[in-house]
Amino acid sequence: MSIQQIQNEIIEEFQILGDDRESTIFYIMELGGKLPEMPEKDKNEENIIKGCQSKVWLTANESNNKINYLADSNTDITKGLISLLIRVLSGRSPNEIIEADLDFIEKIGMGNIIGSQRSNGLAAMIKQMKLYAIAYQAKLNTSI
Amino acid sequence: MSLNIENIREKFPILHQEVNGKPLIYFDNAATTQKPLAVIEALSHYYKTDNSNIHRGAHTLADRATRYYEQTRSLLHAFLNSKEVEEIIFTKGTTESINLIASTFGKKFIHAGDEIIISTMEHHANIVPWQMLCEEKGALLKIIPITEAGELDMEAFASLLSSKTKLVSIVHVSNTLGTINPVAEIIEKAHAVGAKVLLDGAQSTSHLEIDVQALDCDFLVFSAHKLFGPTGLGVMYGKKEILDSMPPYQGGGEMIKEVTFEKTTYNELPFKFEAGTPNIGDVIAFGKALEFINEHGKNAIKAHEDDLLAYASIELSKINGFIPVGTAKNKISVISFNIKGMHPFDVGMMLDANGIAVRTGHHCTQPLMQRFGIEGTVRASFSVYNTKLEIDSLVSSLSKIAKIKNK
Repeated sequence: MSIQQIQNEIIEEFQILGDDRESTIFYIMELGGKLPEMPEKDKNEENIIKGCQSKVWLTANESNNKINYLADSNTDITKGLISLLIRVLSGRSPNEIIEADLDFIEKIGMGNIIGSQRSNGLAAMIKQMKLYAIAYQAKLNTSI
Repeated sequence: MSLNIENIREKFPILHQEVNGKPLIYFDNAATTQKPLAVIEALSHYYKTDNSNIHRGAHTLADRATRYYEQTRSLLHAFLNSKEVEEIIFTKGTTESINLIASTFGKKFIHAGDEIIISTMEHHANIVPWQMLCEEKGALLKIIPITEAGELDMEAFASLLSSKTKLVSIVHVSNTLGTINPVAEIIEKAHAVGAKVLLDGAQSTSHLEIDVQALDCDFLVFSAHKLFGPTGLGVMYGKKEILDSMPPYQGGGEMIKEVTFEKTTYNELPFKFEAGTPNIGDVIAFGKALEFINEHGKNAIKAHEDDLLAYASIELSKINGFIPVGTAKNKISVISFNIKGMHPFDVGMMLDANGIAVRTGHHCTQPLMQRFGIEGTVRASFSVYNTKLEIDSLVSSLSKIAKIKNK
C-alpha cells in the first residue's frame, strides 16, 4: 500500500468514530497500546523530541533503503499519535518520507481533537521523522 | 445563610454553554475564576462612557474615571482591613507584586549573608524572584520542607529561623494541594527574629476572610482574576512604614512629585509604586467582583465550597486507581490527584471530551512535584458556582477513564 492509501485507511477509520470525541480519544489510546516496544536504553535525552509537552523518544534505522522508526512516550494519547505516524511513514524510503504530504492529520480533524499544544508537538514529531529521512537521503547521495 | 447557587450561576454567562457536546463543567477555578456579568458589563461601560486618563485631569470624564478607580482601592482597603487606603498598590498580578517587592524591598534590605525563607510548596513566582535576588546579593534561600500529607514541617521552619532571616515569603494556600498554611503562627515566629513576612495570597483571598492587621503580615499579594475579576491586574498590600522606606519600582509618570534634570522627587503612596497609566478599566471592573464577594459573604462562599470539597473527596476516593496528592487536614476546595497507570495529560483530555475543565501538569510548582516524586497531577478546583451534580459527572467520567488501566 502507498502512503496515500494508508492515510485514506486511517481517514475511514476515524470517520466511523464520527464526532464522538471520547470514543476517538479512547481509540487513539488503544492504538498507542499496540506500538512496538522501544528498548529502554533508547529512551534517553538524545532521542527526546523537543517541542512536545509530554516526553517523546524517537529513533530511526535504515536498512535496504527503508527507514524504520521506533518511538515511545510517557502519555498514552501521544503514543497513539506516534503510532499513526509510524504506520504511515515507517518502512518507507527516505524520499517517500520526505515527499509525503500527511493530509490525514487535517482530514481527521486531529488539531481539533488534540488541541493546539499537542498539535505543535505532533508537528515536531513529523519534523523530526522527516529530518531523519533527509539525513539518510543525504548519506545515500554521497555514497553513490 | 446558605447560598442560592442556581441564582449565582445565572450571573455567570460563560457557564451556560456546551463543550464537546456536553454541558460545561468548569473545575479550573484555582487557575482563574469565571467573571460575573456585573464585571463584564462594568468593563464595557467604562470604555463606553467614562474612559479617560486618571488623576490630574481637569475634566468631568477624568474625574469620574479617577473616582471609580479609587473606589476599588477603597473597597480593597475594607476587604483586607488595611490600616490605610494607600497601603493598597495595583500591579499586573501576583507575579509582578512579588517581583516588585524583590526589586525594591530586596534591593534595599537584603544583603550578603542574609537569609530568605520560602517553602517546598511555593509557586514558581514565589521561588524565582528570590533565587535571582539571592544570587545578586549573595544571600541564602532556605526551604521549609513539607510532610507526606502536604503540610509544612513547622518544627523545621522554627529551626530555619535565626537573626540572619530577613524575609519569610510563604504561600497562604497551596495552589496545587489546597493546603491552608498556619500563617498566623509563621508571622509571629518570623517577627520574633525580626524578619518581615510576605504572604502569597493568590489562592487564599478568594476563599478565606483576610484581615491584614489581625494577621500582622508585612506584605500580601494576589491577583484579581482569581477573585472573579479581570486578568492582568493584581494587588500588593504592604504596611505603610515599610512601603515608605522602600525605593520606587519603575520610573515614569504618576510616580513622581517633581522632575528636573538635576533631581526627581517621588510621589506619595500609593502612586510611588504605580508608574505610568494604570489598568484603569480592569481596576474599575474589579470593584464589581469585590462587591459580588461582599454581597454573598466569604463565609457563606467558603461553607459551600467546603461542602463540595467534602463530597468530592469521599466520592472520588471510591474510584479504583484514584491516588490523592495532598491530604492536609486544613484545605480549601482543591483536589489534586492521579489515576494509577495514567498520565495526567491523558486524564485531563478525556475529561475535556466530557465537557469537564480541569488543570493537568506541575501547576508551576515543579519542586513540589519533585518532593512527591511525580510528574504532575490532575487538579479539580471548585468555586461558588459549582454543584454536587457537577461533581457526580466528574466522578462518573473519571470512573470510566480509570477503568482503562484499573480493571
